[in-house]
Amino acid sequence: MKKRSLSKKLLGAPYILWAAIFIIVPLLIVVYYSFTDADGNFTWSNITQLVDYKETFGISILYSLIATLVSLVISYPFAYVMSKKNEYVQKIMMMLVMLPMWMNLLIRTYSWMNILERNGIINNFLGMFGIEPLKMIGTPGAVIFGMVYNYIPYMILPIYTVMAKIDRSVLEAAEDLGSNAFSKLRRVILPLSLPGVVSGITMVFVPSVSTFYISQKLGGGKIMLIGDVIERQMQTAYNYNLGAALSLVLMVMILISLAVMNRFSDNDGSLIV
Amino acid sequence: MEKKNIIELKNITVAFDGEKILDDMSLSIGDGEFVTLLGSSGCGKTTTLRIIAGFLEPDEGEVFFDSKNMSGVPPYKREVNTIFQRYALFPHYNVYDNIAYGLRVRKVPEAEIKTRVAEMLKLVNLEGFEKRSVAKLSGGQQQRVAIARAVILKPKVLLLDEPLAALDLKLRKDMQNELKNIQKQLGITFIFVTHDQEEALSMSDTVVVMNEGKVQQIGTPIDIYNEPQNAFVADFIGESNILDGVMKEDYVACFAGKQFKCLDTGFDKNEDVDIVIRPEDVDIVSEESGMLRGTVTSVTFRGVHFEIIVDIGGFKWMIQTTDEHKEGENVGLFIEPDAIHVMKKSKYSGMYGDYSSYSDELDELNVIDDEDDE
Repeated sequence: MKKRSLSKKLLGAPYILWAAIFIIVPLLIVVYYSFTDADGNFTWSNITQLVDYKETFGISILYSLIATLVSLVISYPFAYVMSKKNEYVQKIMMMLVMLPMWMNLLIRTYSWMNILERNGIINNFLGMFGIEPLKMIGTPGAVIFGMVYNYIPYMILPIYTVMAKIDRSVLEAAEDLGSNAFSKLRRVILPLSLPGVVSGITMVFVPSVSTFYISQKLGGGKIMLIGDVIERQMQTAYNYNLGAALSLVLMVMILISLAVMNRFSDNDGSLIV
Repeated sequence: MEKKNIIELKNITVAFDGEKILDDMSLSIGDGEFVTLLGSSGCGKTTTLRIIAGFLEPDEGEVFFDSKNMSGVPPYKREVNTIFQRYALFPHYNVYDNIAYGLRVRKVPEAEIKTRVAEMLKLVNLEGFEKRSVAKLSGGQQQRVAIARAVILKPKVLLLDEPLAALDLKLRKDMQNELKNIQKQLGITFIFVTHDQEEALSMSDTVVVMNEGKVQQIGTPIDIYNEPQNAFVADFIGESNILDGVMKEDYVACFAGKQFKCLDTGFDKNEDVDIVIRPEDVDIVSEESGMLRGTVTSVTFRGVHFEIIVDIGGFKWMIQTTDEHKEGENVGLFIEPDAIHVMKKSKYSGMYGDYSSYSDELDELNVIDDEDDE
């Protein structure tokens, strides 16, 4: 018995080592930078400076929440329909969902830039009918659209997975006991698929709230999200200390929202990221 | 005796991928009866149940419930409830909420739900389990919750799809009695699907034997056992020796090269027939006093009785007796007139009832086949 558990520990060792060097240590470095100035002396000033960025934080959270909500509204019915199709159709739908993910995020976002630009594909097309070009790049709508487009597979997949796992006879039992389609959805499908929804929400919200690339390209330089500010502090201003403090606060916020989400589905924690 | 029919199936045909699962099947079920649909896997019994429940619309034919045509009526509007094979309890609800489900859907006041759930928990002996998560219940307890959840709606008909298949033998026997008691207490119709013939015989008022999407025979358990209509039924229900025979005239049957007195009438003169003789109805006597003579080829001890295979002119008979005999012994067989049952020839003639290839292994193979039903 004891020997076996030792070998199990050894199997886990490479990852533990990996995690220690590449996750724990960098985190500690972030914390260190957050509370020091350029000369390495302890200071609260990085944290107190963050008040200047409260609007950026607010916009980042607002846009990510909208993107998450839109993804959820699109994904839930889609996943439901998908889970009802036969195996072959399910595979094809799954492939279509995954297909954009085979391309790099940068390329996908650049493509959308081309499509949405003032001289882009959509406006050229509209121009053929004499319609004035629409302003799309640089609007909050374009940024939110970019978030939804890039992260929606992370919403569909976990919801689809839990839906596909729901026992068909349980749904039949609901009908048998008097539930029409709506009552079946409300009393059985929704509660049973909640872990997938929670998982999807976190998987879309977290990358959306920290993105900088989507907002840079589709925001046309006019929309600054917290990710952009961090990038600028690190890359342009070389202010590692402020950048680290911003990252730290963002991370704490994400952790808090994860904890809140987990509350919603404490029954089935295994499905949660 | 004449009861009104609660459910009538008329000329139901169902096919999946061109394969007929139910073939022009008709069936009437009386109010308050315990009816069992009995057959091996793929015979269409579960499909029949799903059609009555409304989960499946037949390709042809109609279902009547209390003389009302049920075509196009969705399951949630039908006054039948189902006990599913693997119970299908709601995993996100506890015992109380599972049982209360149907009443909540019907917007019954919570106070009434409370008293009715308590009644149900008493009926199925699960008092004190209200707050228990269904995942933490044993198979038998889950079964009881499933029963309570369906019965609380006071359906006129309860459909049970192999509800005991997942339970071990001892528990299954207990649940058989319990189900029978519940049915008597409630006085509602039970339609019970099983592949276990003993279960069917011991629980039912009426047994419907099905094969290849058709009803083979409908009758009381005693009729089905004593008066099987064809070789399939005779073989499926219990053990039988089935021989080719000729009906010389009323009360005289000829088989195994001899003439026998019997109690059957109504056949043409010299009509070819199938003869059924149950293994427990044959007496082994001394060689000289036997009506037929043969050699014992195998003896198996079964606990209550011995199963003895006797070779008579190449046809192997199975005989069940409490007396021990030795392999290779020459014995005589004695058959009373009332032990002989004569059946019309059917398409199943010659397919069953000879124990030449009989072995325990084959039996076990059949059991495994039965397990994975539809």
